[in-house]
Amino acid sequence: MMLGYHLELAIRSLRRNLVLTALVVAAVGVGIGTSMTELAVMRAMLGNPVSDKALRLVVPQIDVWGPDSRSTDRGADLELPDQLTYRDAMAFMRARKGVRQTAMYGIGPDVTPDHGKSFPTSGRATYTDFFTMFEAPFREGAAWSEADDAQRARVVVLSFRLADRVFPHTHPVGRMLRLDGREFRVVGVLAPWQLMPRVYDMSQSALRDAEDLYLPFSTAIDLQMTQFGHNSCHSPAPRGWEGHLNSECVWIQFWAELPNAGAIGAFHQYLLDYATDQRATGRFHWAPLVQTHNAREWIALRKVVPDAVKLSTLIAFGFLAVCLVNAVGLMLASFSSRATELGVRRALGASRWSIFQQCMTETVLLGVLGGALGLGLTAIGQAGERALDPGDSPVTRLLYSLDAGMVLITAAVAVVATVCAGLYPTWRASRVQPGLQLKTD
Amino acid sequence: MLILRSLRRSKVGALLISVQIALTLAILCNSLSALQQQLQDMTRPTGIDEANIWTLRNQWIGAPEDLQARILTDLAALRSVPGVVGAAATNAYPLGGDAWTTGVGLNPNQRVSTASTAVYIVDEHAMAAFGLKLAEGRWFKAGEIGAARDDETKFPATVIITRSLAHALFPNTDALGQVVYFGRSQPARVVGIVEHAQTPFASQTSWHVRIDDASFFPYQYVSNDMTYVVRTEPGRLAAVMMMAQARLFQITAQRVVTSARTFAETRHGAYTSERKSSIVLGVVCGLLLVVTALGVVGLTMYWVSQRRRYIGMRRALGARRSDIARYFHLENLLIAGTGVAVGVVLGLGGNVLLASDLALTRMSAGFICAAAGIVLGLSQLAVIWPAMRAASIPPATAIRGR
Repeated sequence: MMLGYHLELAIRSLRRNLVLTALVVAAVGVGIGTSMTELAVMRAMLGNPVSDKALRLVVPQIDVWGPDSRSTDRGADLELPDQLTYRDAMAFMRARKGVRQTAMYGIGPDVTPDHGKSFPTSGRATYTDFFTMFEAPFREGAAWSEADDAQRARVVVLSFRLADRVFPHTHPVGRMLRLDGREFRVVGVLAPWQLMPRVYDMSQSALRDAEDLYLPFSTAIDLQMTQFGHNSCHSPAPRGWEGHLNSECVWIQFWAELPNAGAIGAFHQYLLDYATDQRATGRFHWAPLVQTHNAREWIALRKVVPDAVKLSTLIAFGFLAVCLVNAVGLMLASFSSRATELGVRRALGASRWSIFQQCMTETVLLGVLGGALGLGLTAIGQAGERALDPGDSPVTRLLYSLDAGMVLITAAVAVVATVCAGLYPTWRASRVQPGLQLKTD
Repeated sequence: MLILRSLRRSKVGALLISVQIALTLAILCNSLSALQQQLQDMTRPTGIDEANIWTLRNQWIGAPEDLQARILTDLAALRSVPGVVGAAATNAYPLGGDAWTTGVGLNPNQRVSTASTAVYIVDEHAMAAFGLKLAEGRWFKAGEIGAARDDETKFPATVIITRSLAHALFPNTDALGQVVYFGRSQPARVVGIVEHAQTPFASQTSWHVRIDDASFFPYQYVSNDMTYVVRTEPGRLAAVMMMAQARLFQITAQRVVTSARTFAETRHGAYTSERKSSIVLGVVCGLLLVVTALGVVGLTMYWVSQRRRYIGMRRALGARRSDIARYFHLENLLIAGTGVAVGVVLGLGGNVLLASDLALTRMSAGFICAAAGIVLGLSQLAVIWPAMRAASIPPATAIRGR
């Protein structure tokens, strides 16, 4: 009952004070629009891919270069190599300590379509478990089999983009695709899929587009497919492909899926035993040092959000603060210009609490209007930022999108911020003396 | 004194303006400082002949065995195109992104390297192809160029380094003729020093390589994924790009040429995030100034309307219009000045925090003074209109009631 009355009063007074109302809404809206545009980018970058498995997917680190490779003697997290050597990755694959596991590396084979020119693609050499572990959805077909992994089968899984480009208007599954001059059989096509950040391989950048195609790791090694990614050597590698495989250079990513988060202790112990064993065989000349991180920790360790984005988010929120201080001043002016009206209500018997409620209703209404404007400005801001980004990749589309969560956050921040800004003006308005205001006029 | 007394009556309003001015200044000086840094990054020269250079990435389909011969054929074809000044095959080029990095020291088996460097693998033609300026010593001779496959790690006996790296390694002596050690134990004599050549990185990254610390290794780079750097005579870039690519495909069509682009395009692409961030910062700064100015206008107008009778009274007692206007300007100067004082402290504090957290450079005193000047000036500008309105209040208002 009371709420309806207050709402009616609020709307009436907001309409009467159109200029001040518009200024408050504009101040809140511009501040919200700017800060939410930046927050949305940050939120997208700090996404939580494979959230239900974030504690069970683990990545091992092993000290293959020894203390001499580090500037300090303590093995701080990122001072251990963030990738594995080929031989360690293969040892972990054979050990099968997880429910599922996969070694992988980035490749860049050229595709030669039946008609038209060859073009380069981005790809990933991995094991069949990859698709289940990282929840890649299939549009058609399925992942290759474990037997394909074992037999170095020439099979390939395509992204929907590549599939639609090379095999338009047909079903690609079962067709042959020419990769680096060799025939591969298409076994599956993924539905649109993009992890943010691309947690399984953040060695170059955490925000990379998903690959165009995937093929068995064993096949890629067998065909000596060049790595497209970050390769790090502590000492010169021996010549040739065999030399590369046997070297202490790190270039392979490895992930294991554990049955539950508690199993990480056992996995860590296995790693430690493995490193101890490597020392016993004379490969390492230092105390074994290993680390195990789950997907969530791994994302936190990598600086996913670039400094420039953090800075502009911070500055955008500073701007929001300025807008809110501005709104406080405007609301103060708006309420005190209506002191007479409020005084009359008080004189007619309205309690202070009732006046406070009335003004608060008005403030909330301003917050809602400011939020609505802010939402519109956020959409415009995102369109602007997307226009500044060259090309149209899945990553940029995710970075500048307004999902339901972001809409809720925007609305909540707008209302809460406006109410905070309106607290003092509202309190002051409710302190108005009933008699005094009547006397002056 | 009058001002102080009236300020005491509208404490909250004055406080709001001061707070707003303080926040605005703190945000503005930090944004402008970041903006300046980004603009500097985006326009810093790389040391090569940027206006006349284009690059392309080449891969042959399949895995040809005779890579080196193919590369030499390609290079000869590129050099034969009319208008080409130089052409070279390399593993990397400034702003190209992909890089090889290694540690370099002054003694064999040094535990921690003296410096890190990005490596360009180049032949005797590369100085002309890149358009580099030699500061000391000489460029590589044809005789000292070996071959380096992409799957082997090799260190040469002679090396050319940038002046920046020379200074990092030998701050007190001439680096020319000195021996340095790559990859822990491989000695190399410095035979030349290049005035300036940026690494493949666009800005200071976390790769522990300073942005101008590049080295040149005298090898013919052999890989099935390599970059050709071609330099043309001024004004012939577009024509040469077309003709050169056609000529490469005449040699064999069994190849994939990607990212054939002018260096200007490379630069544009390399600084995408800086450009975006600087536009965002610029827009936010602009909005910030507008909102703050409007805030000052709004609150001052409010004060003017509250003090109409008082202003009328002062006018009736002999104050001139200019006295009234000056009063509001002075009042604003006092409030905004307080805000600016707080803002300088806030801004500097914020800068220290940001500098340690987000790799922002420290601001100079002159910089923050300039920002303070902008904010004070803006605040004074914002008062002009309300002050004029106040000055136009007729003396009769004093006796007219409201």
